[in-house]
Amino acid sequence: MRVSVKVNGRLYENEVEGRTLLVHYLRGVLGLTGTNIGCDTSSCGACTVLMDGESVKSCTVLAVQADGAEITTIEGMAQPDGSLHPIQKAFWDNHGLQCGYCTPGMVMATASLLKENPHPSEEEVRMGLEGNLCRCTGYHNIVKSVLAAAATMDGQTEAVRS
Amino acid sequence: MIPAAFEYKRAGSVDEALSLLREYGDDAKVLAGGHSLLPLMKLRLATPSVLVDVGRIGELSYISLDGNEVAIGALSRHRDLQTSELLISRVPILAHVAGLIGDPQVRHRGTIGGSLSHGDPASDLPAVILALGGTLVVRSAARGERRIEAGNFWRGFLETALEPDELLCEIRVPIPEGAFSYQKFNRRAQDWAIVGVAAQANHSVAVSLVNMAATPVRARAVEEALSQGASPADAASLAAVDLDPPSDINGSSEYRRHLATVLVRRSLEEILGG
Repeated sequence: MRVSVKVNGRLYENEVEGRTLLVHYLRGVLGLTGTNIGCDTSSCGACTVLMDGESVKSCTVLAVQADGAEITTIEGMAQPDGSLHPIQKAFWDNHGLQCGYCTPGMVMATASLLKENPHPSEEEVRMGLEGNLCRCTGYHNIVKSVLAAAATMDGQTEAVRS
Repeated sequence: MIPAAFEYKRAGSVDEALSLLREYGDDAKVLAGGHSLLPLMKLRLATPSVLVDVGRIGELSYISLDGNEVAIGALSRHRDLQTSELLISRVPILAHVAGLIGDPQVRHRGTIGGSLSHGDPASDLPAVILALGGTLVVRSAARGERRIEAGNFWRGFLETALEPDELLCEIRVPIPEGAFSYQKFNRRAQDWAIVGVAAQANHSVAVSLVNMAATPVRARAVEEALSQGASPADAASLAAVDLDPPSDINGSSEYRRHLATVLVRRSLEEILGG
């Protein structure tokens, strides 16, 4: 089946099998390997991307379900000149990662969280990231990063390119 | 993990979906948000030869007041329920529990119709609709519309009263008058309930249980004891009467029976006072 998907602002049209998962389409067909595959069972959140502005686990969405949608992956967060998105900058500044495997998913989940709730409390951040697992950090610096990003962005949640 | 190959059919309207279901019937599964079905297909526990994608049928996504009931389109997502001002003010148990399902990513995709049709006894929404005394409106091309009481909808493990050519279109719930409590006991935030309890005070108190049988069940013995004036603690001691819940990695059958009595007591104390 032919799908037409706008990813990070660029329109792609491809022929895919019905059973192709969105994460395999992004990584295998489009070559956007920033989105990681972790558990592959919609538990860990490593494969989180934005679909029409909302976080989804791309291992549990078919590419055909994304036909006509706008997808943002971690590659779409920094500016074309390489300057980091405020969420990425906050993770960098606050040491919000160790091995980094969960980070693309954490950043995308954070983008969705801050769009829905631009000024979350610490508890709301912890609840808002319940769908993303990190096996290194114990989450403390991740939560710190999200709170710092919220303060920097101060409600400018449309900063995500699409 | 990749699902087995299937033929993908996208329905643009309810009529189109019903006509596809009439054509493919038993070989087809309905795809809404996909957050129950796709994991099963990836594990090859479900291998439908046709998927009928109803996910874009806009006419099935609404939450509206209709007399003394709230009507909910089957494609309303958990996030829609969680943030619905109408539900928050008139059927708060439904908005509250929708916000406890899975995690934000799951709530952005999963739908109430999908959850109820999938019929997993460990899911949150079936027990809530059961406690609210909801009605499920289903349609087929051959026989038109029929309405099924929630109490008659779940027939066995992942088995419902839906015929292969039928689509769940709307869920109707009477507006309750009293307080509610939802007790979800799990080990990690995003997990299914090991045991859950939905209690809704109305003219009487309705109590239903999550993950205590092959289907969501009403705790009838508890409800009857309450109506005869029993205290919350005494009524709650009857929570697991006649139930033989499953044993699995999260807990034995006996542990679940114990949890049910504790959680029912907590829920009754919350809505009725200790």
